[in-house]
Amino acid sequence: MAPRRIIIRNHSAEANLFARRTFIAFVGILVLILVLFSNLYSLQIDSFEKYQTRANSNRIKLLPVAPNRGIIYDRNGVILADNKPVYSLAVIPEQTSDLKASIDKISTLLDISIDRQTKFFDSVKSKRRFKQVELHPRLSEQQVALFAVNQHKFPGVFVDARLKRYYPFGKLTTHNLGYVARINRKDANKLDLAGKSENYAATHSIGKLGIEKYYEDILHGTIGHQEVEINSQGRIIRTLDFTPPTPGTNLTLTLDIELQMIAKRALSGKRGAVVAMNPRTGGILAMYSNPSYDGNLFVHGISTKKWQKIRNSKDLPLINRTVQGYPPASTVKPFLALTGLEEQIITAKTQITDPGWYQLKGLPNKYRDWKKWGHGKVDLNKAIEQSCNTYFFDLAFKLGITKISTMMERFGFGDYTGIDIYEESRAIMPSVSWKRGRYNQSWYTGETLSVGIGQSYWTVTPLQLAQALTTLVNRGERKVPHLLKATTDTTANLASNTQNNWNEINYEEQAPLVLKQEKNWDLVLNAMHNTVQKVGATAYLPFKGAKYDAAGKTGSAQVVRIKQDEEYDAETTQENKRDNAMFIAFAPFETPEIVVAVAIENVAKGGGGTNAGPVARQIMDQYFGNRVIKSSFDNSAAQDKIITQHRHSSINPLHLSNESE
Amino acid sequence: MRSSGQDQQQVRNIWQKLHIDVPLLLGILTLMALGVFIVYSASGQNMSMVYRHIRSICVALVIMLVIAQIPPLVYRKWAVPVFVIGLLTLVAVLIFGHVGKGAQRWLDLGVMRFQPSEIMKLVVPIMIAWFISQANLPVKISTVIFAFILVLMPTLLIARQPDLGTSLLIASSGIFVIFLAGASWRLISVCVGLASAFAPILWIFLMQDYQKQRVMTLFNPEQDPLGSGYHIIQSKIAIGSGGYEGKGYLQGTQSQLEFLPEPHTDFIFSVFSEEFGLIGVGILLSIYLFIVMRGLWIAVNAQHAFTKLLAGSLTLTFFVYVFVNIGMVSGLLPVVGVPLPLVSYGGTSMVTLLAGFGMLMAISTHRRFHT
Repeated sequence: MAPRRIIIRNHSAEANLFARRTFIAFVGILVLILVLFSNLYSLQIDSFEKYQTRANSNRIKLLPVAPNRGIIYDRNGVILADNKPVYSLAVIPEQTSDLKASIDKISTLLDISIDRQTKFFDSVKSKRRFKQVELHPRLSEQQVALFAVNQHKFPGVFVDARLKRYYPFGKLTTHNLGYVARINRKDANKLDLAGKSENYAATHSIGKLGIEKYYEDILHGTIGHQEVEINSQGRIIRTLDFTPPTPGTNLTLTLDIELQMIAKRALSGKRGAVVAMNPRTGGILAMYSNPSYDGNLFVHGISTKKWQKIRNSKDLPLINRTVQGYPPASTVKPFLALTGLEEQIITAKTQITDPGWYQLKGLPNKYRDWKKWGHGKVDLNKAIEQSCNTYFFDLAFKLGITKISTMMERFGFGDYTGIDIYEESRAIMPSVSWKRGRYNQSWYTGETLSVGIGQSYWTVTPLQLAQALTTLVNRGERKVPHLLKATTDTTANLASNTQNNWNEINYEEQAPLVLKQEKNWDLVLNAMHNTVQKVGATAYLPFKGAKYDAAGKTGSAQVVRIKQDEEYDAETTQENKRDNAMFIAFAPFETPEIVVAVAIENVAKGGGGTNAGPVARQIMDQYFGNRVIKSSFDNSAAQDKIITQHRHSSINPLHLSNESE
Repeated sequence: MRSSGQDQQQVRNIWQKLHIDVPLLLGILTLMALGVFIVYSASGQNMSMVYRHIRSICVALVIMLVIAQIPPLVYRKWAVPVFVIGLLTLVAVLIFGHVGKGAQRWLDLGVMRFQPSEIMKLVVPIMIAWFISQANLPVKISTVIFAFILVLMPTLLIARQPDLGTSLLIASSGIFVIFLAGASWRLISVCVGLASAFAPILWIFLMQDYQKQRVMTLFNPEQDPLGSGYHIIQSKIAIGSGGYEGKGYLQGTQSQLEFLPEPHTDFIFSVFSEEFGLIGVGILLSIYLFIVMRGLWIAVNAQHAFTKLLAGSLTLTFFVYVFVNIGMVSGLLPVVGVPLPLVSYGGTSMVTLLAGFGMLMAISTHRRFHT
């Protein structure tokens, strides 16, 4: 320490100096405060909107809410496609205390397989922070209950309830309804291109086939939004706003699920298809392809094993046979006869003599009749009743392929019927130009003869047959086959699906097929009537004793060409090379309400009459009042109504009181 | 009327005897009360935190009262030994110190941990004021140079911890004394020149990577919005979205939803501006300005060169705290970890600050008693 010195100080000078310096410092402070304030002013006033927006985008998240998919009903209000709650187990890894231990414990508790655990840990790696990861896609009710009791032990693990599609009739409706399945990359791209991605932001499934695909847009509905406030960890603090989604439109189909069941039963053990249609409207009453598969499998994602089994089945269950081409065989004879009459090649009275075969002049090939010894003298009526091949060989020869194909195309053969599913095939109506285009070959007269009995290249779908038959029984008035009967706007009335709020679909009128001579219709239709009604006619047995007045035509199609002088014997022929059985029918004869087309592949014995005929008979029996399954459905439908009413009343008691008045 | 005038005189005498400067105390208490409410909001309505905050306030007020009783003369006597002890503890911290948040700042004494750098905030101005007031004002160049060396020693030691924010604050508290002592303008400009020349050296040799990053972030926070820029962006969003009137008490989304980092300590100003807007900010700045003005008034009216310089330096340093904190959270200055004085949660800074205010009050109330 330095020794203290006496310092002579000039106190007032020092004070002045200090005061000056303090003043300068004070000015400095004022300037700095001004700097702070002006900076804050620019933040809070000038850039207020910018920062307010950013504060809101920090805390407000718009969560998309998927709309409920429209329900699909049959014509009587039976639910064919429903939405059922499915519970999945999800985990937010960041919210668990120890992820590995939690998963271990919960897997033991709920018996979750190692496979799922591995899958889970794989997807954890690729997920964004604070996003949920699925551990189990579908918990059983027991698992849900078990978890609910133990939930407090598992922070960050929760059950996620979601509506998933359910098809209560399984296999029975898959070929009509199709199914929904997870939106894959291809679907996502398509949605993107169509500008629909935004509407699908919360949607997990999309229609892949059938009605579900065709009416995807109206079934889906419109997305809703939930505006939530989140904290910096992404946890939802509260809901700020909710725009409910608009559920998809409910569809009522023309299908009658009971007829569909009959069709399935009639085809059981066989490969084949049935189409039943109302000729007055074109509404499909039943449309079933056997074997089928369960669309529910695809809703949750089908396992590779099950998929392989379905895909590799030699019965080809994936194919919708109602819209696949078959050789029509003799079922098209009425249409060919009509062509002959219309082209004035034949009259009702034109007769030929059938020795059991037909031969073109100057050629060695013999075209055989199915009856080895021939039908003798044959006119139009007998030719159809007995399905005489020789008569139609002769007719086809005289008509020529061009006249045949032109007329057949007017009936819709070789073209899409326009039904509201996408899986339809056009099948083949052969013509000179078709063969040129397809094989680059000229047409042979021998092929015309085969076309005359519905063989050769000619294929038709059961649906085309039903459509053509509709045109025939309507005497030229054509209808577009369709499955959709009505839509129900779900916003108008949440609970019920009654005829009152149906919006019936009006299908476009089709230009009629006009004949030069109206009476030609009757000639052919009468012949078909006789085919069923006359004892000994080809379709007599299947409809023997029916309480309604049916008409129809049989057909047996060769699947493999039989060489000259070779005998066909079903028992010795390989199963998949045996004949196909075909049948078309309608009833009542005077005022037809239903047309039926049946195709059965590779029948063991007999032709269309013995194999396919009974199928048509069972459908018609069911349709005309012998309604075996009806009663049980009446009950369940009634029950459904009670449930919906009940549900509705809990929402809106006023409505119930209105109803009871 | 006469009697009421006498009463007033008596009341003034009571405060005088308690060595309390009433305007200063009112300013301090207003800010502290405000602080309690903001800490409640910023901590997410955490009452136990509020109680702890109130406890630190009480402790700090008691310390202020105690210090106010000590005549300023006493500090002058003890300036040199305390300064030397302070330097030694700073060296001790570097050798034995407790590492917290990536820096060695704490000295664990078994019973309690304390931060020697906090004490140096008071000791350095005392020391420099004592040193300079030995001679007549204005200061001579030789005195200034020696004073600089005295300032530099603790500054560098604290910078080594590393605690750049505190070391700069301590350096400025010493420099303020030199400035107030009337260092010539030419000298000041030379120093400013030297400082700007020193900046690159500081940048390259002395600053840690995280400190460099903070400075870089200041210039472009959006460059790394989720990394180092996150704090400053969220803070600016909080302040900016407060607008003119603010979102309302407890309604600040940025703070309540935890988007703001350290909302109850360094970033408490952002919470305040978000909830009370520019109006609240204006009022807050006014209170600070009032305290600063009162401090400077005390300095100007102090009787001795030593007390003038000390009071001036303490007041200016207090303002620097305010400026650095607000400048930091509003994006004008790099993030250096300086709390908002008298408002932020945290006992240590509160105690140091109030000890300083205790000295100001002592200077203000002891001036009648001459040395």
